[in-house]
Amino acid sequence: MSAELATRRPSPDRAQSQAGIALLTYFLLGIGFGITLTRSEVLSWFRIQEMFRFQSLRMYEIIASAVVVAAASVFFIKKLGLTTISGEPITIPPKSLGHGVRYAVGGTIFGLGWALTGACPGPLFALVGNGVTVMIVAIVSALIGTWLYGLLRPRLPL
Amino acid sequence: MVAFGAAPWPWYVAGPVIGLFVPVLLIVGNRVFGVSSSLRHMCSAVFPTKVDYFRYDWRRIGLWNLLFVAGILVGGFLASHWGGSQNVAISEQTRLVLTRLGIHDFSGLAPGEVFAWSALLTPRGFVSVIVGGFLVGFGTAYAGGCTSGHAISGLADLQLSSLIAVAGFFAGGLIATHFILPLLF
Repeated sequence: MSAELATRRPSPDRAQSQAGIALLTYFLLGIGFGITLTRSEVLSWFRIQEMFRFQSLRMYEIIASAVVVAAASVFFIKKLGLTTISGEPITIPPKSLGHGVRYAVGGTIFGLGWALTGACPGPLFALVGNGVTVMIVAIVSALIGTWLYGLLRPRLPL
Repeated sequence: MVAFGAAPWPWYVAGPVIGLFVPVLLIVGNRVFGVSSSLRHMCSAVFPTKVDYFRYDWRRIGLWNLLFVAGILVGGFLASHWGGSQNVAISEQTRLVLTRLGIHDFSGLAPGEVFAWSALLTPRGFVSVIVGGFLVGFGTAYAGGCTSGHAISGLADLQLSSLIAVAGFFAGGLIATHFILPLLF
């Protein structure tokens, strides 16, 4: 890893410590996100049930306001041409649409799992932290699912 | 307010805070907010393989994401140890419907009758945890993202593929809630 960094930057020591700080930042942001998932209660099976039964607006309000804030931020980042802290241009790689089958079918399969476990991937990890340790099994199962997808990928429509 | 942030956040705090992870990750290091790719990185890191989908430099591409996910787990732990009750104040209607389905334990974040080690081999425990987890892993990999990557990041970037994916998320969720759960519970 250090050899790779050394070829990219003139000062390997400095580059390595910067990379270390960046990685620590992601860990700290993850902690912030885990707290957010817990306090917003979006990791609760009960809240997911309430959402899919249209018996409360709460989840919809949370998702909608999150999208609005994120979209406005992305709009301004692009408009102002902001860069990352280290000065790189900010880019969001578009997901190639293809025939759209993978999004419709993959999305529906995930939706089934979302309602059954009452959790999407972020909440699965946050639930383990919250003491719902049986979700470790759901994570292992999810890894097997991801693995199987990798294996079948060449045969699945895109 | 006893301690700031110890009570459940109202939606107008929770939603915007979640949304802010998108610009913060972009500005910190050009990273697109998303959790499910961590599952792919874990597969790539743990199982040595010849499958193309898992053959890439997971440290360079995915280490940030794995640390983010490790943080989520720690964040959940911290949040559960700071603050009072974990009970979720769901609507009375939902409580009624779930009671009719056979849920009696409304304490905690998920019903203990279903989400417990001891319930893992009961039909509803098996389908909810093991089958559900599998579908989460397979579906997010196939769709190329989950709630964070598609519903938040993708919609925020106005990507059509994410809109299709999110429609799929809800189609699947509605089918599971209204047609599968009644058979299980």
